[in-house]
Amino acid sequence: MDIPYTVEARPDTGLYNAKVGIWLFLASEVMLFGALFSTYILLRVGAPEGFWPHGWLNIPVGTVNTLVLITSSITTVMAWASLKMNQFGRFKFFHACTLCLALTFVGIKSYEYHDKFMHYEITLKDGRIADGHLVKRTADQVVISGHYVEDRKELFDLRAGGPPHEHTEITIPQAQIKKMENYGPWHTTYLAIYFTLTGLHALHVIGGAIVIGFLWGPGSKLWKTDPDRFTNRIEISGLFWHFVDLVWIFLFPVLYLL
Amino acid sequence: MQASTHAIPHPHVHEEHHEEAGFWSKYVFSTDHKVIGIQYGFTALCFLFFGFCLMLVMRWQIAHPGQPVPLVGPLLETLLGNMAAKGIVSNDLYNSFGAMHGTIMVFLAIVPLAFGAFGNYLVPLQIGAPDMAFPRVNMASYQFYVLGGVIMFFSFFIPGGAAQAGWTSYPPLAVAIPTDGQTFWLAGMVLLITSSLLGAVNFIATVIQLRAPGMTWMRLPFFVWAQFVTGFLLLLAFPPLEAAGVLQLMDKVAHTSFFLPTGLAVGGNLANVSGGGNPLLWQHLFWFLAHPEVYVLILPAMGIVSEIIANNTRKPLWGYKSLVYAVLTLGFLSFIVWAHHMYLTGMGTKIATFFQTTTMIISIPSVIILSCLFISLWGGSIRFNTPMLFVMAFLPMFGIGGLTGLPLGFSYSDIHLHDTYYVIAHFHYIVAPGTIFALFAGIYFWFPKATGRMMSEFWGQVHFWASLIFMNLIFQPMFAQGMAGMLRRMADGGANYSTAKVPDAIGGLSPHMMGLHTYILWAAVGLAFAQIPFIFNFFWSIHHGKPAGSDNPWNSTTLEWQTPTPPPHGNFATVPHVYRGPYEYSVPGHATDFTPQNQPD
Ligand code: HEM
Ligand SMILES: [Cu+2]
Repeated sequence: MDIPYTVEARPDTGLYNAKVGIWLFLASEVMLFGALFSTYILLRVGAPEGFWPHGWLNIPVGTVNTLVLITSSITTVMAWASLKMNQFGRFKFFHACTLCLALTFVGIKSYEYHDKFMHYEITLKDGRIADGHLVKRTADQVVISGHYVEDRKELFDLRAGGPPHEHTEITIPQAQIKKMENYGPWHTTYLAIYFTLTGLHALHVIGGAIVIGFLWGPGSKLWKTDPDRFTNRIEISGLFWHFVDLVWIFLFPVLYLL
Repeated sequence: MQASTHAIPHPHVHEEHHEEAGFWSKYVFSTDHKVIGIQYGFTALCFLFFGFCLMLVMRWQIAHPGQPVPLVGPLLETLLGNMAAKGIVSNDLYNSFGAMHGTIMVFLAIVPLAFGAFGNYLVPLQIGAPDMAFPRVNMASYQFYVLGGVIMFFSFFIPGGAAQAGWTSYPPLAVAIPTDGQTFWLAGMVLLITSSLLGAVNFIATVIQLRAPGMTWMRLPFFVWAQFVTGFLLLLAFPPLEAAGVLQLMDKVAHTSFFLPTGLAVGGNLANVSGGGNPLLWQHLFWFLAHPEVYVLILPAMGIVSEIIANNTRKPLWGYKSLVYAVLTLGFLSFIVWAHHMYLTGMGTKIATFFQTTTMIISIPSVIILSCLFISLWGGSIRFNTPMLFVMAFLPMFGIGGLTGLPLGFSYSDIHLHDTYYVIAHFHYIVAPGTIFALFAGIYFWFPKATGRMMSEFWGQVHFWASLIFMNLIFQPMFAQGMAGMLRRMADGGANYSTAKVPDAIGGLSPHMMGLHTYILWAAVGLAFAQIPFIFNFFWSIHHGKPAGSDNPWNSTTLEWQTPTPPPHGNFATVPHVYRGPYEYSVPGHATDFTPQNQPD
């Protein structure tokens, strides 16, 4: 006996096996990200007044990335629809777009990560805090492009319209530095959840891109022998891709805007 | 392959084709649900044994704190070095054995055995399917499980040893312990969770999609229902723990502070962390999984018990529909009771009230299930074979475990009982003489299907009676110890709080309570000996047991018995049609006292 309903739908459920599988898998993914979003909420409401960061991320860059992902969702649907219309060439084109967009997203995200890792908060022995991007670091001094603050709290609200601050080049002798730490996940719980959520999301993007890349390249041979099964695979990977997109639609406002 | 959906013109050609498959693809990288089920079963039984050995060593240590472990002491020292210097279990080693005993028993032994092994082997057969819906995913699920198990096992031998913060891994302690055991634990858990998720997706999809024609929902054997609900629990409850595991891993490796509060001091010094985290958050995420997880431990057992009861009482289960609705309700409610493990954390009385209420409500479906099973015995002409004996013991043992849960479910009585041996006794009654007995019953019951031979009835009964006695001797005294205030997880078994040490301390542990440790130790040794007949019986019977004589030696109605023995790749020669419910035993006017589900009217 062969396993039934691998390609055609089971009459009483109206679904083929893999479609049931992917929906179940996505349900578990909802719980996974749900737990992480809950973590975000708990950490945020638990933060002391004034110490939850605002405006630390670059909204235009985030917006571009959102548009990139939304567009990739559209090309994914177009790719699937092309197969349904029996136009393999169009499918190839649209899914090539999806792949490029996925890579663009990851590229922009890495740029944002890099920016955070180059950003330092330096506590001086005299109690002042210097904050800015690293320009140069030698054995006896550190140069950053940033500014001094008296109160650490000033670093937390960087929304537009707040008090302006000028970025100048500051040179600090190593001997004066008490603590120097970049804006990695260890810096604050905000950055911790930011890196975890977006990192996990990025892993999903990369995983999805690998699957789509496979189906676009070597996997597409299946089209010649079993077009229905191949179309189903594109549908399944597409559902996953929409989900990844959807997660970002939640991540963007939560991390960038609120 | 293609042809078999029609009329299988050349069955022999097919069989030969499969015979040729090499050893590796047949036994190691197989995608056949039955082979995977047996792989799961065998691996899980090994872990069960290993977890049991850890427990024996711990039991020695708390009965005789600071004395070298007899027999295995030198071995421990060679393998683990300083942790077991002179063959004595150090406090760190005790903690690590405790944490790993719990982890191994829950995640590497019982769940893989109950869900991975029994579920895999039986669910496709019972619903009349040729295999799982996604055979390769099924294989991957087993491989992730093995990988997770290897990492957990390997962690004993790294410097500093395995995780030490309990199977619950509460931070900040779990993060603050300066060894890498916890990191291994977290990595292992992420793999095990991945394995469970793949399994769960597969089980649910299989039941939804691959039921044979005529196998309507209300004709599913109760075992399938139990596994189906278990699948949903794993699917939806595990991801939050996966998230929590990732967060703790970040705390451990990337030095974030998800669970580390501001001002955390470790060893008297301010920890070098950003702070701002929330230790309670871990507990919420952990118990959001771990309460449903306890139902993952028990539901498959209930499924096994139901099948064996119906078969050996020769009458339908009493209240099949109530059972189905009860198990669905149970599954749903198990997601909203988790914080009954956290009454003493200071989460607040309002929240505690909510969780006390839901906890009391969830005992209703549990009681319904147990009552249905008890009532099913009524008026039956019961066959007391080994599987049935284990099942008959399961019922009261589970009853004791469940009833002792009620005082834990109220915050006012839990204040006294929380974190004591009473809790240990409570859940062990459910899992050890409960679930494990059901699993034993299942092994004796389905052994003839997998091998074509019966296990020895005599040695089965020896195994049963000895296990029953020693199980109770082990766990019954723990209720008393717990009520006397003995805390769990103490490397000296509470000697520091005994009246022997501080004679006039109020509430100190009396010599009598401390002395029970010695009895429990020897009962545990007895339980170990009681497993010897089982192990021999099991391996001996594979080749030398009494031949089962037919494909259906127990005269059962469900579909797994209507296949050749052992079932071939693809299970059924032709698609089975189902005409009736799962438990048509002793139908009046019928020639035999059982009517298989695939027998036309
Ligand atoms: C049916 C009614 C049940 C009730 C009312 C109940 C209630 C509770 C409560 C309130 C606790 C927390 C006690 C404490 O830490 O102070 C607890 C612990 C526990 N229960 Fe149950 N329970 C029930 C059934 C079960 C079942 C069916 C299982 C497993 C198969 C189970 C397994 C456990 C485990 C493993 C723990 C201890 C976890 C730990 O702290 O390590 N319980 N139970
Ligand atoms: Cu619970």
